[in-house]
Amino acid sequence: MSERRRPKLAVWKFASCDGCQLSLLDCEDEILALAGAVEIANFPEATRTFVEGPYDLSLVEGSVTTPHDAERIKMVRAQSKFLVTIGACATSGGIQALKNFADVDDYIRTVYASPQYIDTLETSTPISAHVPVDFELRGCPVNKVQLIEVVSAFLAGRKPAVAAHSVCVECKQRGTPCIMVQGTPCLGPVTHAGCGAICPAYQRGCYGCYGPMETPNMPALAREWTALGASPRDIRLALSTFNVAAEPFAEEAAKHGD
Amino acid sequence: MATKTIKVEYLARVEGEGALDLSIANGEVTNAQLRIFEPPRFFEAFLRGRSYAEVPDIVARICGICPIAYQMGAVHAAENAFGIKVEGQLRALRRLIYCGEWIESHGLHVVMLHAPDFLGFDDAIQMASQHGEVVKKALALKKAGNEILRVLGGREIHPVSVRPGGFHRVPTKAELAPLAEQLKAVRDTAVELTHWVAGFDFPDLEQDYEFVALRHEDEYPFNEGRLVSNKGIDIDIAEFDSSFEERHMAHSTALHAAIKARGAYLVGPMARYALNFDKLPPTVQALAQEVGLGPVCRNPFKSIIVRSLEILFAVDEALRLIAAYERPAEAFVPVKPRAGVGYGCTEAPRGICWHRYEFDAEGTVMDARIIPPTSQNQPSIEADLKSVASGMVEEADEAIKYRCEQTIRNYDPCISCSAHFLNLNIKRS
Repeated sequence: MSERRRPKLAVWKFASCDGCQLSLLDCEDEILALAGAVEIANFPEATRTFVEGPYDLSLVEGSVTTPHDAERIKMVRAQSKFLVTIGACATSGGIQALKNFADVDDYIRTVYASPQYIDTLETSTPISAHVPVDFELRGCPVNKVQLIEVVSAFLAGRKPAVAAHSVCVECKQRGTPCIMVQGTPCLGPVTHAGCGAICPAYQRGCYGCYGPMETPNMPALAREWTALGASPRDIRLALSTFNVAAEPFAEEAAKHGD
Repeated sequence: MATKTIKVEYLARVEGEGALDLSIANGEVTNAQLRIFEPPRFFEAFLRGRSYAEVPDIVARICGICPIAYQMGAVHAAENAFGIKVEGQLRALRRLIYCGEWIESHGLHVVMLHAPDFLGFDDAIQMASQHGEVVKKALALKKAGNEILRVLGGREIHPVSVRPGGFHRVPTKAELAPLAEQLKAVRDTAVELTHWVAGFDFPDLEQDYEFVALRHEDEYPFNEGRLVSNKGIDIDIAEFDSSFEERHMAHSTALHAAIKARGAYLVGPMARYALNFDKLPPTVQALAQEVGLGPVCRNPFKSIIVRSLEILFAVDEALRLIAAYERPAEAFVPVKPRAGVGYGCTEAPRGICWHRYEFDAEGTVMDARIIPPTSQNQPSIEADLKSVASGMVEEADEAIKYRCEQTIRNYDPCISCSAHFLNLNIKRS
């Protein structure tokens, strides 16, 4: 009796904090079932097992910041039927994309005593800047329920049920009164949903870690923030974090120089 | 003379990208280097010009496994610079959220990453085919730790509630009650886990480590204490530079830290345990005795027992803190920035994580330095590798490889923190 071949899953790391792939290991109730449903062919954070490609689904965490990684991502793409990026680093370049807006040599000198040992690109770029990507899951970190949904969807050959509206909708779903109305600057109106609107429920403004929603109205947001007393620097810094290189955020931030 | 090179493409079950090079000449290990090539992310550089208020959220992204360690270092350093003291229930909540991080991080390492080495499995999933009950129960234990983070911080990874002065929001007593129930349900698992791992076969290796950890007069350390060692260091955290230095090595994107006078030192569970055994509650001390572990453990392979004991400690400490909890009237104490330098040093699951920030009068970061635990342990990891490999040069490369990987995993290294893949190259001549 032959068993149906289990789909091969691979998890790859580029420049990142490991938090998004850790989300898989944080699925304490699902991980054993997942491991039964797929063949975990490459997931070095979890296993010594390594199975050669091709892979049915590759999850890619992290951004491209070194010449070596710029080559490695092509190898991953070539071996993967579907390639899904997980998290802000892989999807927009991550917080390390702050260096795209700075002098990298200065950065290296700030951190390392012997800069000649460091081999790094001028920029931190999302995976989509290097290879075609089949789906981008947002978040810093990703939401593990969405992660399981995306994996299930690709393995079942359907579209992932991941909403693209703003965090505002999630606040309504959660029953959180709008904190912006109460005077707290919040990036919720322009930020992609997915986290479940955690920050406003914890009495602080959304800080945009899921990146821009589709067609965000950035000027309107900046006007609201200004009306609430935010300085140009406040607006610029708020947009310059984990998705600093995502276009709508970067463009608006550039309008708010000191 | 024949030179032999062996490669393991990935050292698995560690967090981060690195490689290991071993050179063996004339039957002797001449060089053991843990090469870290995790791409550098330059946190210290881009913290410059940011507001003190943003720092806890930014530094959390250094590590997805121990974000609380970074957040705690950052908030304590800012408070130190601005002359603020966070006490009472807010201080207790910071210990509670740290208990959550120790439980989830140690739980992950003990069962998912480390135990498979002792039993000859590639991973915990394979191990679950024969030890299914242990793995399932341990996952529930880990989940209880994560649940603390979720309730207090909004989510497990990169929680959102920690801020200078306290929290954005503090939980109600009613929100903590189910946490206590969940912790009580997994407490026995922590005890069973300790017995289980203590029954493994351990290679003989005793190292004369210089242990470095925080020591607090009343408690097993999380966020506060003096920096002490078993070889005479006893300093305020602000005096770190007087005894320690960082060295930039060609083979690593992590800076190595060393004690100026003596070189390598060890941070993490074994160091905390050796230097603070007397601060552990009697229940944890008794369990240590029951499983045959004295008040000092110098065998790095037995760090898995110490981690398990620390899980029990964190469960009991969390239960104690929840039982004594009264919701504070304010979620944070007011923070008024001023120009100055502030220090923070806390006990991340893997050992001390030291922070220093210089702020201007508005609280803008002028300079930042962060020394994570793994870069402090790197010289000790290399010393262990040399000792381990020296004792088995005659054995097959595969055996050396396996044992060396295990030796590295003893440290639960977090390479993302310090600057993943380990290629193991053994050169024989």
